[in-house]
Amino acid sequence: MSTTESHNEAEIVVDPNAVSMTINGKTVQARKGEWIIAAADRTEDFIPRFCYHPRMESVGMCRQCLVEVEGPRGPMMVVSCMTPVAEGQVVRTDTDIVKRAQEGMIELLLANHPLDCPVCDKGGECPLQDQAFSHGPGESRYVEEKRHYEKPIPISGLVFLDRERCILCDRCTRFADEVAGDPLITFTHRGNNTQVMTFPDEPFASYFSGNTVQICPVGALTAEPYRFKARPWDLQQQESTCTTCSVGCRTVVQSSRDEILRYQGVDSDPVNWGWLCDRGRFNFQSTNSPNRLSTPLIKTESGLVSASWTVALDETARVLRHAQPGSIAILGGARGTNEDAWAWAQLADALGVDMRDAQLDDGLPAEIFGYPNATIDDACSAATVILLAPDLKEELPVLYLRLRGAAEKKKIRIIEITTHDSGLTRYAWKSLQHEPGHQAETVQQMLSTPEMQEQLGRGSVVVVAGRSNLAEAAHHTMAVVDTIATTVSQVSVLPVLRRANVRGALSLGLAPRGTSDAAAILEASANGKVDCLILLGADPLSDVPDADLARRGIAGARHIIAIDTFLNNSSAHADIVLPAAAYGEKDGTTTNLEGRVTNVAQSITPHATSRPDWMIAVELAALLDHDLDILTLQDIQTRITQTVGGFDGLSVSVAVRKNGVLVSVPPISPLQVHHDAAVKRNAYEFRLVVARKLYDEAIGTAMSQSLAALAPGAGVFVHPHDLERVGAKDGSSVRVSNTTRSVILPVHASMTVARGTAFVPFNQKGVDIRELLEATNGVTDVQIANIS
Amino acid sequence: MSRLTDAHVALAKEIIGRYPRPKSALVPLLHLAQEQDGYITRDAMVHIGELVGVTSAEVYGTATFYEMFKFEPVGKYVVNICGTMSCALMGSEELMHHAEQRLGIKAGGTTPDGMFTLEHAECQAACTEAPCLQVNYRYRYRLTPADLDELIDDLSAERLTHEIPPHGTVAKVRQHIASHRGVGVVAPELVTESPAWLNGKAAL
Repeated sequence: MSTTESHNEAEIVVDPNAVSMTINGKTVQARKGEWIIAAADRTEDFIPRFCYHPRMESVGMCRQCLVEVEGPRGPMMVVSCMTPVAEGQVVRTDTDIVKRAQEGMIELLLANHPLDCPVCDKGGECPLQDQAFSHGPGESRYVEEKRHYEKPIPISGLVFLDRERCILCDRCTRFADEVAGDPLITFTHRGNNTQVMTFPDEPFASYFSGNTVQICPVGALTAEPYRFKARPWDLQQQESTCTTCSVGCRTVVQSSRDEILRYQGVDSDPVNWGWLCDRGRFNFQSTNSPNRLSTPLIKTESGLVSASWTVALDETARVLRHAQPGSIAILGGARGTNEDAWAWAQLADALGVDMRDAQLDDGLPAEIFGYPNATIDDACSAATVILLAPDLKEELPVLYLRLRGAAEKKKIRIIEITTHDSGLTRYAWKSLQHEPGHQAETVQQMLSTPEMQEQLGRGSVVVVAGRSNLAEAAHHTMAVVDTIATTVSQVSVLPVLRRANVRGALSLGLAPRGTSDAAAILEASANGKVDCLILLGADPLSDVPDADLARRGIAGARHIIAIDTFLNNSSAHADIVLPAAAYGEKDGTTTNLEGRVTNVAQSITPHATSRPDWMIAVELAALLDHDLDILTLQDIQTRITQTVGGFDGLSVSVAVRKNGVLVSVPPISPLQVHHDAAVKRNAYEFRLVVARKLYDEAIGTAMSQSLAALAPGAGVFVHPHDLERVGAKDGSSVRVSNTTRSVILPVHASMTVARGTAFVPFNQKGVDIRELLEATNGVTDVQIANIS
Repeated sequence: MSRLTDAHVALAKEIIGRYPRPKSALVPLLHLAQEQDGYITRDAMVHIGELVGVTSAEVYGTATFYEMFKFEPVGKYVVNICGTMSCALMGSEELMHHAEQRLGIKAGGTTPDGMFTLEHAECQAACTEAPCLQVNYRYRYRLTPADLDELIDDLSAERLTHEIPPHGTVAKVRQHIASHRGVGVVAPELVTESPAWLNGKAAL
């Protein structure tokens, strides 16, 4: 590390944690507490390994990483994954003794490992296969029959286990326990028959199970969606960013013969540490779905019929040209890239569109970006993290992993302010439960408790803020975030809006102008004030919490133009549907919840005639005589860096790869905080909490056959005592009603729900709870009646 | 297929209270479950997981390490005939053969009436008394086939119930630690001083 500044000897501070050692005669700088293998990984000398994984605790299970370390009694063999570095340590990884030891270990591991590489999915990318070649003896002295187990058994709907191939490295079981916090697989029958197993007949139902397949160093764990689909050497790969949610995990998209076959996690230090959730990992199946839109569709008397792009674009331009001034509205944009959002915002500007919103009344106002911004790393190293967010395990799973890990290692203290137990409740320092609508009191109480005050004074505080309850108004959350931000010192905010590029879309011009947010737009549409409603990858009929408002809005729009990958509930009502290119089919950049801009890469040709959203915007602009002067994606990127504050200095081609670049665009309007008094309970006895589960009817999940069946289905969850009071049996049907409407749902007892509240998962197969939600209500009170 | 009874749950809670971490009580609770049902049922493992705060898979992982925990119903009397060196030299093979003939089952099997399970065991540390066996882990020494017949007769007629309780019973006497004799429950992370026997020579 040399600097150009003047160099004064006296100013050099010796790092007390620096360690100087030699590996194979070369001097290596390391940090105290590091393992030898980690230090060696920064040199050219590769130490073979199976169990060691830099993101998990070392266990020294496989003994493959034996090296020689000079000791007081001469050189001795140590496992380099469990021996810390030391000042002056002399390590050798290439002596004859080391070689013999490593060859011996490979020979032992292969004593029982079947040589079925030609039919094994791992063949070609298998650490055991590779290291048997690079560090193995080449032949075996074992002639005995190998161990036999039943060939692959499904340990969940997604993962198969072949115990014959397992070398007992403890990676999957350690991941499940240490990283995911779901120890549902473990070593059983320890001894001569040690094997990895679940509890009998209980699936490995972890949201993170796919990671065990990726880190398995042999072919013991395979993922159902990829089994026998390709050989590694036939795969083309592109590093990209997952756009399933807004965490923005780094991935590599692997395809063969123009079909996406697999996503693998890539280790991005500030974001995902190599992990992915199963929804993000396996929803590529939806991209390959035969139900994708192939051609533009135009509504005729006999329904939607296929049309050419020329006809469809002309027709769209005609509709837009004839719309009354100020009567065009755009909803959506959060599913596309930054470039898509910018291009559509430019078109909106050119057409004078004020009614625009990238969210569907299911997030928080864009003004949340006006507070000092926190990154994921900031949250994971803060003294205190205050959660005012939905269940992160369900909505932003990898952010959950990061926060859980930090809390487990006692690096942070989590104060959770919630209406029901979440995935992080177990790991929270304090979990303060409140009835929906009463968070302001809870926060006041928190701020006045001496113990809490002391904790909040210990250092930086990060507020993780999101929409935790879709049956409650967003401004309740905004008000308490504002209270904390203005009362506590050293506060920053990590906004957790969940749709993939919602932050990018809001930052690049698709944020509401003034008060015309999605709810206002739909209300205007219901009142006949919208001539043309453009749905940019948005499905209000499925996603807007107030179902009635969405229905009236869709029905009231004179024309609807939908740009989407599938024909969904809302686009089925459109007059013109334009097929959009999906993730993996287009290049661009995306912005994650921190404001981190990274690239997404095209791996395959867009399905049929579908096109990227930005291209559609540019062509429409040209047809409407508002030439945007854009020919390529690079033109857009150049214009973004020139015109959007915060994006300046962003060299898209290089900088946004891997760890990305943090960008902060201040919101266009200042935050208007409404401090409501807590809404009093009406005569109804349950207050509703509606929130998302990881698997729901979202199109990417529903169209991925491996994931579709994992959605739990509609139901209402209440505390066991409440269930008793209602007089219903677990699983029986109950009538849930507000003052005007009712729905019938199966009821379940759950200890995670507080008494007096009812939890209903959002957007599940079955009866839709949104029928009871009204955008104008602060909270939703219901009664539950036994009808069986 | 049963969870722990209310009486056993009360006892389980007392046992859990003896340890700084609830999951340390896992193996004692598995014994309790085996005592209740004669083997460890699936439901009991789920229940124990709930009681000590670990997943069922972790309970299963620990339980399956131990040969003496059974996961299928076994006979009221589990007969383990030693087959290791000293016993083998002194005729344990004949003894096993005789037992198989007499009970009409092979080693590893259980009689249809559910009275006996016959097992082959490794050294039971009674080599001077070879050949030996254990019935529900209670020793019998220097057995001839005739002795074995007599033993089976006695067991069948329930004449040895005072000596040999049904399979799963760990001890006939329950352990109770008087409060003044217990050292109390101190979590390891709360221990700051080195133990007294080190005389302050080393710190933890």
